[in-house]
Amino acid sequence: MSKGYHRPAVLTATPTHYCAGCGHGIAHRLVAEVISERGARGRTIAVAPVGCAVIAYDYWDFDCSEAAHGRTPAVATGIKRALPDRLVFTYQGDGDLAAIGMAEIIHAANRGENFTTIFINNTVYGMTSGQMAPTTPVHMRTATTPHGRNPLTEGCPIRVCELLATLERTAFLARGALNTPRRVREAKRFIEHAFDTQEQKKGFSLVELLSPCPTYWRMTPEEAMEHIDKELTRVFPLGTVKDWKAGPA
Amino acid sequence: MSSSRILTSGNEAAGEAAARAGCRLYFGYPITPQNELTAYMAKRMPEVGGVFIQAESELAAISMCYGAAATGGRVMTSSSSPGISLKMEGISYAAGAELPVVIINVMRGGPGLGNIEPAQGDYFQATKGGGHGDYRLIVLAPWGPQEFADMTGEAFELADFYRIPVMVLADGLVGQMMEPVVFRDPPRRELPPKDWALTGAEGRAARRVVSFYIGAGVLAEHCRKLRAKYDRIESCETRWAETDVTGADLALVAYGTSARVCMEAARLARQEGMKLGLIRPQTLWPFPKAVVRRRAEEGMPMLVVEMSQGQMVEDVRLAVEGRAPVGFVGRGGGGAPAIAEILAAARALRKKA
Repeated sequence: MSKGYHRPAVLTATPTHYCAGCGHGIAHRLVAEVISERGARGRTIAVAPVGCAVIAYDYWDFDCSEAAHGRTPAVATGIKRALPDRLVFTYQGDGDLAAIGMAEIIHAANRGENFTTIFINNTVYGMTSGQMAPTTPVHMRTATTPHGRNPLTEGCPIRVCELLATLERTAFLARGALNTPRRVREAKRFIEHAFDTQEQKKGFSLVELLSPCPTYWRMTPEEAMEHIDKELTRVFPLGTVKDWKAGPA
Repeated sequence: MSSSRILTSGNEAAGEAAARAGCRLYFGYPITPQNELTAYMAKRMPEVGGVFIQAESELAAISMCYGAAATGGRVMTSSSSPGISLKMEGISYAAGAELPVVIINVMRGGPGLGNIEPAQGDYFQATKGGGHGDYRLIVLAPWGPQEFADMTGEAFELADFYRIPVMVLADGLVGQMMEPVVFRDPPRRELPPKDWALTGAEGRAARRVVSFYIGAGVLAEHCRKLRAKYDRIESCETRWAETDVTGADLALVAYGTSARVCMEAARLARQEGMKLGLIRPQTLWPFPKAVVRRRAEEGMPMLVVEMSQGQMVEDVRLAVEGRAPVGFVGRGGGGAPAIAEILAAARALRKKA
C-alpha cells in the first residue's frame, strides 16, 4: 500500500489564505479527499459561507456557489431542490450557521433537506477579528467579551448537533475534532457517512468539527490543538449524536 | 387552464403566467396582499413537476432563489413591501452574481408594517437600488391583471436574456382585483446559453456563481461590465404607453392603479372641456425619460399622480429639467388619490401653464 502524501484530485494547488495552525485547511482537504475517492467531482455543488472560508471555492475544483451571511442552507436548498441528484453540501462556520443563519439551518434540517453541512466550530469569529461566537465557551475572552463571556448577559455556548437532534427529519449528526491524527481520521469517516446519508436520500446530515483558531485563541498552534482536548470537548462532547443507520436513539 | 379568457385575480394570473413561462422553482413566504399568488404556486408547481417551498422567511426565500437560479432554472419569488425589504439582501447578491430571478412585489402601505391597502411607496426601493451596492433591476409596472400576467411571463425572458433580476412592481389593487385575462406567450427571444450554471463539473472546468470580487480592481471591472449591461437595457427595453397626449392641455403621468384612476379623471375632464393625456411608464427602470423630455420640449405641463408622497415625480422632474411645469398629486399610507383632487390640480396647473 502506498504511503505517499498526495494532493486529492479536487483540491487545487492554490496556497490557502488561512493563518498558521488554522483547522480550515484540514477540513478542506478531508472534504476534497472524500469527494475525490468517490469520484463525485462531476456531481458535486458546494455552497461557501461568509466568514474565514468565504473563498473556500478557490481551493476546490468543483462547482461552487456563495451565499449571503447565514443563508447558506437556503441557497443549498434551492440548488438541491432544482438538482436532486447532485451531491450538495454547505461549508459553514459558527457565526454563519449558529448566529445569523440559525433560522436557515434549523428549517433546512427540519424539512429534511437532503444535503450535507460541514460545520466548522472554532468558537470565535475569525474573519472579523475574534469576536464572540454563539459557540464561545463561558468565560472565554474575545474582542467583544473583553472580560470573558458572561453567561448572565451573553448566554452559554450553543450545542448545534444536540439542538438539531430534536428535529425528526435530521438523519445524521456527528461532532468530530481536527486536533489529532486519530480525530482527523474519525472526522473523515463522519464526512463519508454524511455524504452516504445524502446519496441514499435519508435526509439532512451535518458534521460539526471542533477546529483550532490559534490566532484568536491567542495560543500557539500546538496549544490550540491541546485546548480542543482539554477544554472544548468538555463543552462539546465528541461522537455521533444521531444516525439513521443506528436506529432510534 | 385553456387559452380562452378567464376571470381571475391579478395575483393568480401572475402565478399562472409564471408557470406558463417555464417557472418550475418558486420560493415564498406569506404576506398580504399577495397570498393568492403563493397559494396558487403551492398548487400549481407540483402539477407541472416544479418545486414549491414555503420558506421560513423572505431572507431564506430569496436565497433559495439564488441557489435555484444558480443551477440555471427559471425561478420566482413574490412578496409585499415589508417582505421585499427583507429580500433586498438576496436581491443585491443576485444582482452582483448576475442571476436571473423574477421578484414580484404587490405593494402595500408603508413605512414599517404600514397597512394592507394598495400603495406605491416602494418606487424608490425598486428603481434606485433598495439593496446595498451599485446595481439596477429591470422594473415592470402592470396596471391590471392582464398586464400583470403578460409582464410576469416576459420578466423571465428579460431575466434570462440579460442575466439580471427582474421585479414586477404591482400594487395591492392590481394583485387583488379580478378581470378577464387571456394567457399569451411572451415574445420569445434568442436566449444565450446558461454556460455559467452550476450543474456539476462533469467533463468541464469548475464554475463559480459569486458576487465576491476581492482582488484589486476586480470589482471595479465587474461593475463596469454591469454598467454596460444597464446601458444596453436602457436603450433597448424602455417602455411606456401614451393615451391622448398629442393636443392635450396637460399630460398626467402615472403607473399601475394610479394610471387607471387617471384614465377616469381624463374622461370626466373632457366633460368640462379639459383635455388630459396620460403618459404611463410600463418600465419604471429604465424610466421612459426620453418621451417625458420630448413632451416637455413641446411645452406640455405634467401632473404626476402616485399612491405615495412623491417618488416617481423626481424622475419626471429630472427628465423635464425645467422645460415645463410639473405638478404632483399623491397619497401616502395606502389608497388612491381622489379623482376630484386630480381634477382640481389639473385645472390649477393648466391655468398656471
